[in-house]
Amino acid sequence: MTGVRGVSCAVREVRYRYPGAQRDVLQDVSLVVQPGEFHAILGPNGSGKTTLVRIALGALRPLSGSATIGDRPAHEWPRRELARVIGVVPQREDNLFPQRVRETVLLGRYPFLSLWGRERPEDHAAVDRALAACDATDLADRWVWTLSGGEYQRVRVARALAQEPRLLVLDEPGVSLDLRHEMALFELVRGLVDAQQLGVLMITHDLNLAARFADSLLLLSEGTVVASGAPEDVLTRETIERVFSWPVALQTVEGRPHMVPLRQPKESPE
Amino acid sequence: MKWALLCLLAILALIASVVLGPAAVPLGELLRSDIVWNLRAPRAVLAFLVGGSLGVAGAGLQALVRNPLADPFLLGLSGGAGLGAVLAIALHLSGPWALPIAAFVGALVALGLVYRLGLIGGAALDPRILLLGGVAVGAFAAAITTAIVALADAVELRNAFLWLWGGLSGASWDAVLVVALYAPVPLAVLLAASRSLDLLALGEEPAGYLGADVEAVKRRVYLAASLLTAAAVAVSGVIGFVGLVVPHIARLTWGHRHRALLPAAFVGGGALLAIADTLARTVVAPRELPVGVVTALIGVPVFAVLLRRWSIA
Repeated sequence: MTGVRGVSCAVREVRYRYPGAQRDVLQDVSLVVQPGEFHAILGPNGSGKTTLVRIALGALRPLSGSATIGDRPAHEWPRRELARVIGVVPQREDNLFPQRVRETVLLGRYPFLSLWGRERPEDHAAVDRALAACDATDLADRWVWTLSGGEYQRVRVARALAQEPRLLVLDEPGVSLDLRHEMALFELVRGLVDAQQLGVLMITHDLNLAARFADSLLLLSEGTVVASGAPEDVLTRETIERVFSWPVALQTVEGRPHMVPLRQPKESPE
Repeated sequence: MKWALLCLLAILALIASVVLGPAAVPLGELLRSDIVWNLRAPRAVLAFLVGGSLGVAGAGLQALVRNPLADPFLLGLSGGAGLGAVLAIALHLSGPWALPIAAFVGALVALGLVYRLGLIGGAALDPRILLLGGVAVGAFAAAITTAIVALADAVELRNAFLWLWGGLSGASWDAVLVVALYAPVPLAVLLAASRSLDLLALGEEPAGYLGADVEAVKRRVYLAASLLTAAAVAVSGVIGFVGLVVPHIARLTWGHRHRALLPAAFVGGGALLAIADTLARTVVAPRELPVGVVTALIGVPVFAVLLRRWSIA
């Protein structure tokens, strides 16, 4: 896995509006992910997080501003070449046909296979490593549609790791994971960042885990950046209450800010 | 092992379709018989090529439109081909190739219309609209066909209908040669797309992130599968259920990976159609059943069993 140059991805002052939409879904948003950095994108539903990631990956072209991966505009990357350096775990996917776990993880090796060639031993080795890293080795021979939501999520992360990416993009990976596996996923990702200089871009709703594990947070609201930077600078009580419209208390756990949502007061005194 | 069995089945099917028939040909004279060389052998080979093409086209289209119930003829091609054939007869076009060419052109026009409809949302081909557009174009062509039939002399047009559903009785070495030269290109295009089809089963966005050039693959697969189907309908009429059932049977044994699935669907589809055509020629001899009737009679029960297994799994 070593020896491959890291890849940075940069989004600069992008604006985007879906065709036919009334308002911009993103306005003047910038974000740079360097090798060895773990970035988390936070924000309420519909704040533009997934759109930002699609632009960063070149799946959408911004109306203004730029998105680059390495030294090339993101949309100019041939998809196959891009899949060799960036692994993505999208929010949703369906499996049209029945498939075993090992087969679906092997799809992560497809960008490396020649048109008519078979899978090589190193492809199967990468699949085994990825399954082991995600605590999914025992699932390898199961049918995908017999998995629980959390098990399937781990398998999907394993598929992205089988790509042996230099940059990993995850869209709400913690959803439907239990406590142990959610923590294990964050520890795994953090470990890859530290050990292999992996760059990570993660969309998450879990402010606390993002604050604990990520190097930098980007907080979006209605398509604009409310705050970005180190967790303790972004996650203040005032900012969280304003963006999420809910009262919270802020504590410190393991040196990072930790948010606790409060019950809403029944009657305001005024 | 499963490949050996499948190939054995295909070889047996081809041998059976050469040996069996309403005219009794002594085994010793098999290789010198005119009936065998000029009627049964080209018909067996053509049945195999057409069945194989329909099997591969069905497997590709099912992955493309993300619908396991998709049949190659669902995309409006049978309606277009039927209209072409009926028009050729109504216009008194003659010659041995008039009907096949008219049917092929009709299928191509339908293909082009459906493709254009599929692009209606912009530059991206929308498989859901392909499916709906195919059904709509097919219904429209069938309506025009019916109108022509209602207005014209019925006797000649009955021939067109019989031809359209009539199967492989027009087989000749010329037809075999045409298909053998034509089919390899779309077959190779589909085979080359097999890894992308595996990825596409996850959905378009995930497939793109795993390196598939989604738009190009959708276009190639639709055009290649449709061109295969158009050729099949031109030489043998509409033969249902091969393109629907064979990919599912192949998937049960070979899994969903198209690298193995497409070749298996080709050999399996070829074997099924060769067997079905042999039955169509022999069970009610000297008369002949349309081969589409036989494939449906075999295919529907098999399909029912498959659906049961799927709902249990």
